Amino acid sequence: MVMHVDGNAVAGPLSEIFRADMTQASGECRHCHETTELARADVELDDVGFTLRCRSCTHVLFTVIHTNERTWVDLQGIAGLGLPPFER
Amino acid sequence: MTSGWKVGTVSATRTETPTGRSITIDVPGWPGNIAGQHVDVRLTAPDGYQAVRSYSIASVGDDERVQLAVDRLPDGEVSPYLVDDLLPGDQLEFRGPLGGWFVWRPEVGDVVQTEPVQLIGGGSGIVPLIAMIRSHAASANPAKFRLLYSVRSPEDAFFADELASLAGDDLEITWVYTRKAPEGWPMPAHRLTKDQLASASFDVTQNPSVFVCGPTGFVESVASWLVDLGHDPARVKTERFGGA
Repeated sequence: MVMHVDGNAVAGPLSEIFRADMTQASGECRHCHETTELARADVELDDVGFTLRCRSCTHVLFTVIHTNERTWVDLQGIAGLGLPPFER
Repeated sequence: MTSGWKVGTVSATRTETPTGRSITIDVPGWPGNIAGQHVDVRLTAPDGYQAVRSYSIASVGDDERVQLAVDRLPDGEVSPYLVDDLLPGDQLEFRGPLGGWFVWRPEVGDVVQTEPVQLIGGGSGIVPLIAMIRSHAASANPAKFRLLYSVRSPEDAFFADELASLAGDDLEITWVYTRKAPEGWPMPAHRLTKDQLASASFDVTQNPSVFVCGPTGFVESVASWLVDLGHDPARVKTERFGGA
């Protein structure tokens, strides 16, 4: 069953991929260039993975799919990610 | 931000509503949490099948004891087990605390957060909001809080006794009953409307922080009304948990 939620709901799996809290990260949509916190993204979530969509234009920002062999991360719709600064 | 899974042991459960209960879990190594954060819960069946769901945390602070509150979804895979079958002594796996966006803190750095806080919850959407209410009540924070809480009937309210005991000048509560109002209630059961939202919540000129949590449809309606009423979308934070 697909759940229609928002970016808050995928903070857990995203914490396995990124070190920063991604609900606070901003994402720029490659299609409409709207930039908002990922917490605000429209999310479709099921046991296979999840898709984040831009809430303003509905285009896919990125997709995460779990298989037994790997977790596949497709960032095709993200023009950029804004994360908290870290020590370089 | 804490990654990885921890094992917790259920210490208590409490029936909150006909379809929901709160669950208290001891999680050794739990670093504490900010009000509004959530946790992922992982269940593993005897055949190895795993299911993960996110639940908001009702408790707040440094304790290794975490309280969740869960509503049973009719066709849910995890919530019926948590509401009907889980017993003290049972173990669950946890990942968290998660999410630093849908949160409220009494202070950010050294700065006391004094702007009014408008909380709007539907059903079990009260859970992260009660954590904010508890955080506020436990601190000397002077911010005024208002809660607009939509439930089907009086019996469907989570944390009803606690909310009643905390209501006062610092926490004004407006109840909306969508199916059945209490005996003698001044208006019949009805769904929340934009007009009622406007009259029960802090005005735009008071520049409130707004937190909305509930079923996706409820959150979408409320968020669009708030913007219609002139609230800056950047000051309205939302959390949707799916469902009807």
